[in-house]
Amino acid sequence: MGLKKRSPTFYILAAFFALFVLFMYGPMFAIFTLSLQGQNGALTFPVRSFGFYWIKSLFLQQQRIGDFGAAFQRSLLLGLLVMALTVLIGLMAGLAFRRRFPGSRVIFYLTISSLIVPSVLVSLGIGIAFSLLGIETNWYSSGLAGHLTWTLPFAFLIMIGVFNRFNLSYEEAARDLGASEWQAFKEVILPLIAPSLIGVALFGFTLSYDEFTRTSLISGGRNTLPLEIFGMTTNVTTPALYALGTVTTVFSFCIIGIAFAAFQFFSRRQQQ
Amino acid sequence: MRYATASTSYDYLFHEAVFIDIASHAWKRVQLKNIFIQKIFMFKSWKSVEPYLLVTPQTLVFLLFLVFPIATIFIVSFWEFTGYSMTPGFTLDNYRNIFTSQVSLATYLNTFKFVGLVWFFTLIIGFPVAYFLAFYIDSLRWQIILFLVCTIPFWTSNIIRMISWIPFLGREGLLNKLLIGIGLTQQPIDIFLFSDFAVVLAMVHLYTLFMIVPIFNSLMRIDRNLIAAAEDAGASGFQVFKEVILPLSLPGIAIGSIFVVTLTMGEFVTVRLMSGGQAASVGYLIRNQIGSLQYPLAAANAVILLIVTLAIIFGILRTIDIRKEL
Repeated sequence: MGLKKRSPTFYILAAFFALFVLFMYGPMFAIFTLSLQGQNGALTFPVRSFGFYWIKSLFLQQQRIGDFGAAFQRSLLLGLLVMALTVLIGLMAGLAFRRRFPGSRVIFYLTISSLIVPSVLVSLGIGIAFSLLGIETNWYSSGLAGHLTWTLPFAFLIMIGVFNRFNLSYEEAARDLGASEWQAFKEVILPLIAPSLIGVALFGFTLSYDEFTRTSLISGGRNTLPLEIFGMTTNVTTPALYALGTVTTVFSFCIIGIAFAAFQFFSRRQQQ
Repeated sequence: MRYATASTSYDYLFHEAVFIDIASHAWKRVQLKNIFIQKIFMFKSWKSVEPYLLVTPQTLVFLLFLVFPIATIFIVSFWEFTGYSMTPGFTLDNYRNIFTSQVSLATYLNTFKFVGLVWFFTLIIGFPVAYFLAFYIDSLRWQIILFLVCTIPFWTSNIIRMISWIPFLGREGLLNKLLIGIGLTQQPIDIFLFSDFAVVLAMVHLYTLFMIVPIFNSLMRIDRNLIAAAEDAGASGFQVFKEVILPLSLPGIAIGSIFVVTLTMGEFVTVRLMSGGQAASVGYLIRNQIGSLQYPLAAANAVILLIVTLAIIFGILRTIDIRKEL
C-alpha cells in the first residue's frame, strides 16, 4: 500500500468493502455490547447500564435459562470427536488421491455430492433410516454421522488441494534413502502437510460445533449447543440470550486463534 | 599316471567346481529373480490396493450416511401414511397431495423466491468484495488479512448471527429509531423483524461468504498478463472487465451459486427464526411434517426438493464449465 495514485474505482470498492465488513460484524458487536449490561438491560438499544450480570446469570441461573452447560459439554465433545475423525479420514482419502486410480472419479463425485444435497435431506434421511432399523438416534451416533457428511467434503477438498501442489519426489527421495513406507509418511509427508491438517481440524471442529440443520432431526433426546440456543430464542427474552451468544462466539474466536497460532508454528517449522 | 590321474581328477574337480559354481550362481540368480519378481509383485499389488484401503472409511461414511439415507427417503416417499404411522407399500398419494395442494405449491414458490433473492444479493455483494480483494490489494499480507476478515464469520455460529439482528430490526430496534428520528415514519415498523425481508437479509448475511471465496479463487487464477495484454491492445477498463475478467470468473460464480442455492433450498432455521414462523419454505414444511410424524409426506417433499436442487445445479453446470476449478 504505497503512495501510488489510486483510481476512483479503488475508493468506491474500498467503501463497499468497508460496508460489507460492517454488515458482517456490526450485528455481532451489537449483541456483544448489549450482553454487557446490568440487571436492567433489555434486548434493544440504548445500553442501560454496564455490567456482567447476564454473563454471570448464564452460569448461575441455569434452570431459568436452559441447560447451557450440559449442551456446551456435548457440543465440545462432539466437535472434538468430529475433528479427530475428519482429520484422520480426510488425511487417508487425501493420501489415496495423490495418484489417480480406477474409480477415483466416482469417489470424488460421491464426496462432493454431500455438499450439494440440502442439509435437511441428510437429517431427514438419517432419521428415517435409523428409525426403520430400530436404532435410537443420539447426538454421538446419528448426530456424529450427520456432522461427518458436512465436514468430510471440506477436509477432502483441502487435502486434494494440498496434494495437488505436493512434490512427490520428496517422498521418493526418502524411499531411495531406505525409508520405509511408514517412515516416509512420518518423517516427510506429515511435517510438510501439518499446517493444512490444522486447517482441516479447524473446519472439522467449528463446522460441527456450530452445525444446526444436519443435527436438528437426529440429535435424540439431548440437545447440542446450537439446538439449545435455538430453543432459547423462543422463550428467553432477556439479554441472557445475547450473553450466551457472546460467550460462544468468544469461544469460537479462541478456537480460531489457537488454530492460527498452530498453523504459524507448523509453517515456520516447515521452513526451517 | 598318478600324476595324470591326479591331473585328471584335478581337472575333473576343477570342472565340477566350475560347474557347481556356475550352477549355484545360476540357481542363486533364479532365486534372486524369483524374490525380485515376488517383491515387485507384492509391491505392485500393495500399491494398487493401497488407495482403496485409504478411501474406504470416507466412502463408507458417505454410503452409510448419505446414499443409504437418501435411498430410504426415496422408498419411504411411496409408502402409505395412516394418520399415525407409515406402512410399507406403493402409492403416489404423497406426491399427488403435494401437487394438488395450493398451500404446498405456494410454499414451493416462496422457497424459490427466497433462493432467487438470496442468490441475487449474495452475487452482487460477493462479486465486488472478491474483485476488490483480488485486484485492488497489492500486498499479499493485506490480502490474506482482509480475506480472513471475510471468512472468520464462517467459523462462528449461524444461530448467534441470526439472533444478532434483533437489536437492529426489532420494534424498538435501531432501524426503527433511525426512521422515526429522521421523520420518515411516526409508528415503528413491525415488518423488519419477523418478515420475508428479515429472512432474506439474514440468509444474505450468512451465505455471502460462500459466494466470495470461490469467486476470489477464480479471480486470483486469472493470468495478470492477459489483463496487461488487453490494456496494451487498447481496451478500456470496462472492456477489460467485461471481456477478460468476467468470463474468466464465471466458474467461481458457478461454484458460489451452487453453494448458495443448495444452502438456501433446504433452509428452515433462518426461515423459522427470522420470520417468527410466519413465512413458509419447503425445508420448514418438511420439519413440521416430521414433527407430526408424517414421514412419507416429508420424504416426498424431500425428493422433490432434491430433484429441483439437482436440476438447478445441472443447469448451472451445463452453462458454465467448472472443471478447471476442481
